[in-house]
Amino acid sequence: MKRMAYDKPLPQSDVWSPPFWEAARKHELRMQRCAGCGYVRFPPGPTCPRCLSPEASWELLSGRGRVWSWTVFHQLYYAGFKDELPYNVALVELEEGPRLYTNIVGIENGALREGLPVVVTFEQATDDFTIPHFRSADVAYS
Amino acid sequence: MSELARRVAVVGVGNSRFGNFPESDANGLAAEALRNALDDAALGADEIDGLVANRVPHYARFGEMTGVSPRWGAQFPAEGRMSGISIETAVMAIVTGMASTVALVYGNNGRSRRVFYGGDPGFWAPWGMTSPGAQHALMWRKHMLRYGSTTQQLGHIAVAFREHALLNPNAVMKRPITLEDHRNARYIAEPLTLFDYCLINDGGVALILTSAERARDLRKPPVYIAGMARADDYRAASTCPDDFWFDAMQQCAERVYGVAGLGREAVDVLQIYDNFTPTVVFSLEGFGFCPQGEGGRFVEDGKLRLGGALPANTSGGHLSESYMQGWGLNVEAVRQVRGECGPRQVPDCNVAQFLCATPCSLSIIYSR
Ligand SMILES: [Zn+2]
Repeated sequence: MKRMAYDKPLPQSDVWSPPFWEAARKHELRMQRCAGCGYVRFPPGPTCPRCLSPEASWELLSGRGRVWSWTVFHQLYYAGFKDELPYNVALVELEEGPRLYTNIVGIENGALREGLPVVVTFEQATDDFTIPHFRSADVAYS
Repeated sequence: MSELARRVAVVGVGNSRFGNFPESDANGLAAEALRNALDDAALGADEIDGLVANRVPHYARFGEMTGVSPRWGAQFPAEGRMSGISIETAVMAIVTGMASTVALVYGNNGRSRRVFYGGDPGFWAPWGMTSPGAQHALMWRKHMLRYGSTTQQLGHIAVAFREHALLNPNAVMKRPITLEDHRNARYIAEPLTLFDYCLINDGGVALILTSAERARDLRKPPVYIAGMARADDYRAASTCPDDFWFDAMQQCAERVYGVAGLGREAVDVLQIYDNFTPTVVFSLEGFGFCPQGEGGRFVEDGKLRLGGALPANTSGGHLSESYMQGWGLNVEAVRQVRGECGPRQVPDCNVAQFLCATPCSLSIIYSR
């Protein structure tokens, strides 16, 4: 079966992000961990906000986190999300500290709750890009 | 009271029409506002030696078009927080002698050019995350979870500001709304509905600032900048702040009242940066008008309405007058202190305070 053309926005690559997207393509969640103080930062950037060290490793994370809060989009902003409306965007706090906006998949929007444990899951968008989403890690939904 | 207090005064304010004007543009609307502000101050363009431009495309081209040829100028990006920052920068320029009389101009043709706030190719676009409104929706959800606030409380804000707009002939919105209308409005980014969002319209605003000494010789009674302060917080610029900028606003409040040498009890009217209704709640908490977490309950009994204990956004604000990104609110503060607001005038208004909750928390206190 031919795969439907993926028409959601693709990542805008800057000079700091490619290792993140490269890892996602391999179904790994990696972020920069500072070599100086150990702080994990996201979105990717040139230096550690805690100690200003430019040295960092792209560390494999656990992929586990919790929902801090969320919103449900009813307004269409990106044509590629037309069939998803209403769709959720959650701010997830990872075990290692960083927070990121993502989608919680495989759950009714009405079942989202604060503190919901979630785990990363990957959706291949194109040959070049795979998008990390999260799903509930609660037994009730997994 | 610090040496910044009452050194600079607003001596002219002006605005354009507000609405949808495809026949003009940001320059045209800002020029219309500048003419009105200069008339208000009884000053000519040749008496302006400082120019602060915001959201007009280019400060120098604007000066060329309007015959304003200052010795000092600045331009700020098209973000709402830049209105207060522009005013504070102009005050600093006057106090330090970099300029003596500064025109501040703002022009926005976002409506007729169909500017859409959201949908840009940002870092979070692959997840469909976009727009300041969605960020505020997510923060308000957290506020509801943490403090037991409700969306109905936001309705009280939207209804109060709409009532004020009906007393303002220049306001874009002309029809009343009820709490039920707010509740039944369509979601944009849940839990926020259409009536929790600011308008998008065309318009221009201008202010003329000069030294306190010079201000005394001009046409209108001076409205002094009694205090101003900033407290920025960039730590969660990519996502949203854990405390809805509460700590930064607390610091800003302490500084602004310290500069002005007065306290909250002296404030007769508030002008609160209302890009979205939750921002009003965050501001009331951050600047200490109510305890942290109590902002939703605080607005329930009509305190913010004209005639209430703490009237706010008497022009209708961004929600119902005009989305002039803070500029219109500062002009309304000046007009309230002058006593020029007709049916929406707060009686015996001596002190007006502008509050802005963003990554650049900011406040300006205006007084007679
Ligand atoms: Zn570090």
